[in-house]
Amino acid sequence: MTSTVFPARTALHEKHDAGLIDSLRRRALEIRIHVVKMVHTARSGHYGGSMSIADLLAVLYFHEMSIDPANPQWQGRDRLVLSKGHAAPALYAALALRGFFPVERLATLRRIDSILQGHPDMRKTPGVDYTTGSLGHGLGVAVGMALGSKLNRQGFRVYAIVGDGEMQEGSIWEAAMAAPRFGLDNLTVIVDYNGLQVEGRVDEIMPIEPIVSKWAAFGWEVREIDGHSVPEILEALDWAKQLRGKPGLIVAHTIKGKGVSFMENQVNWHKGSLDDATFPRALEELEAQFTLGR
Amino acid sequence: MGTTFSPVIKMERPGTGISPTITPLPGSSLLAVHEVLSSALEDIARDHPELVVLNADTAKSCGVDKFFRAHPEHAVQMGVAEQNMVLVSAGLWTAGRIPVVTTFAAFACLRVCEQVRTSIAYPGANVKILASHAGISPGEDGVTHQCIEDLGIMRTIPNMVVVAPADAPSAVALLRQAVEHTGPVYLRYARPKTPVLYADGAPLKLGKAEILRVGTDIAFIACGPLVATALRAAEVLEQDGLSCCVVDVHTIKPLDAETICKVASLAGAVVTAEDHNIIGGLGSAVAETLAEHCPVPMGRVGVRDTFAESGRYELLLDKYGMSVERLCDTARAVFRRKR
Repeated sequence: MTSTVFPARTALHEKHDAGLIDSLRRRALEIRIHVVKMVHTARSGHYGGSMSIADLLAVLYFHEMSIDPANPQWQGRDRLVLSKGHAAPALYAALALRGFFPVERLATLRRIDSILQGHPDMRKTPGVDYTTGSLGHGLGVAVGMALGSKLNRQGFRVYAIVGDGEMQEGSIWEAAMAAPRFGLDNLTVIVDYNGLQVEGRVDEIMPIEPIVSKWAAFGWEVREIDGHSVPEILEALDWAKQLRGKPGLIVAHTIKGKGVSFMENQVNWHKGSLDDATFPRALEELEAQFTLGR
Repeated sequence: MGTTFSPVIKMERPGTGISPTITPLPGSSLLAVHEVLSSALEDIARDHPELVVLNADTAKSCGVDKFFRAHPEHAVQMGVAEQNMVLVSAGLWTAGRIPVVTTFAAFACLRVCEQVRTSIAYPGANVKILASHAGISPGEDGVTHQCIEDLGIMRTIPNMVVVAPADAPSAVALLRQAVEHTGPVYLRYARPKTPVLYADGAPLKLGKAEILRVGTDIAFIACGPLVATALRAAEVLEQDGLSCCVVDVHTIKPLDAETICKVASLAGAVVTAEDHNIIGGLGSAVAETLAEHCPVPMGRVGVRDTFAESGRYELLLDKYGMSVERLCDTARAVFRRKR
């Protein structure tokens, strides 16, 4: 097996400077705080899976991707497909913080006439690269984008975030078969491996393991990281960019509900709702992390 | 489908205000869409270099094999994976391409229905779905490969344009217009050879029904290969003294309600004909329009909400109620209901 499993974790901090890592961590915290505020205000939406991808989105939108918030339709931009579209609150927070639309709009999540639909809508929200929310679709769309970049010699990169539960969809495996066939080394797929899905544990409902060897067998280069470690995310994205002739899969081990103690690893916080007592507690916990470090 | 009919003299019926918009050919020569599709795509790609044709291991049956060999830069073979084919086409659209997805109607509509609705129609992706083997036309292959549900399903999906050309030349003309239309289009065609009604380059327009024959007693409103059957039925009925309109409604959505109401008002009785379930397809679309705007006695010819079986297409059309005789019988019965 050619895949790199459990990468060496040496000298990560040397490669990316401490200032960058710290600023990206703060961005991830800001995303989480907005997620809690938005979903609480909307009284509807998904906390768990939004919180688990906050660090990934912070690194992608504030460091990795070549994008222009003033020109969201720029043809040469890098693209991100949030295949697990129910994590839309985290995506909206990242886009607003990055300047695609005013942060104040976040308060309109899921309301009538809002630009922020329950699941991402590319026609309504600046910066959303594809409409998602129906599980299993986004990865195939990302394969098409990366193929288009190759066919047109446009040179942009495509990122897709796939849920672990989403991997139970058959269409994921059709896309998994196609990307290596077309040699899509401009495609980086990140699995948000938080281990939980709507109704329980992924490994109990319909196991997806052995995930690393499965994807490697399909022709992908695979590596596993801690999906909450900014240095590891930075390094894995760099690794994926070095690949030639093959797409890269980053298995990001994450914690559903990450950042709010009573949400972490709790299946009932896939959705769930905060009340007058728990809402301030959640915010306090997150804000404390700005100073405490993690 | 060796039906023939003599050319209709293009003339306005006195006092009707309606005349044929196109005079059909005799229908004596037969041609299948798949026989002309590769060269049609070649022509379109010349004018639209952003065209990219996708296929799911059915290139030869669909008629795009020659195109795939001649223009690999415009072709992507996706393997037997229709869901992914549709999703990849969506991604290609975002890169500025005009994807044309090709496979059998049963898969292009049913297997990938949710991908089409959610990831093509909802974002308004500029993707064209070219569905071969429509209706019961796959004949011998049987029910698994037939598709009598697609018009009904596709026309309930917002943003979707739905097209069912009557013959090969009109399929070529409408395919070009589908590519030049911005937004998703579903275009279905039959597998076998069918009568040629239109000359190459006939001036059809997407969204505009063609009046092929004018008559005052009955209006046949048909799509796909049943347009030729309706023309034949009109000939037979004419000999019985019933004068018949025949309209080719190649675009099921958006429906040309104006033309439909015009001929319905003139004839005062309508019979629809399609190779599709009588539920949900052209007949339903016409019934909805007439009920709202100009109710007249009406009958629907099509598959009567049953699964067909294996067999030669012509024989299946007879057995499942889409023969010339059935069109004539339906027309006579509807005519008797006229006040």
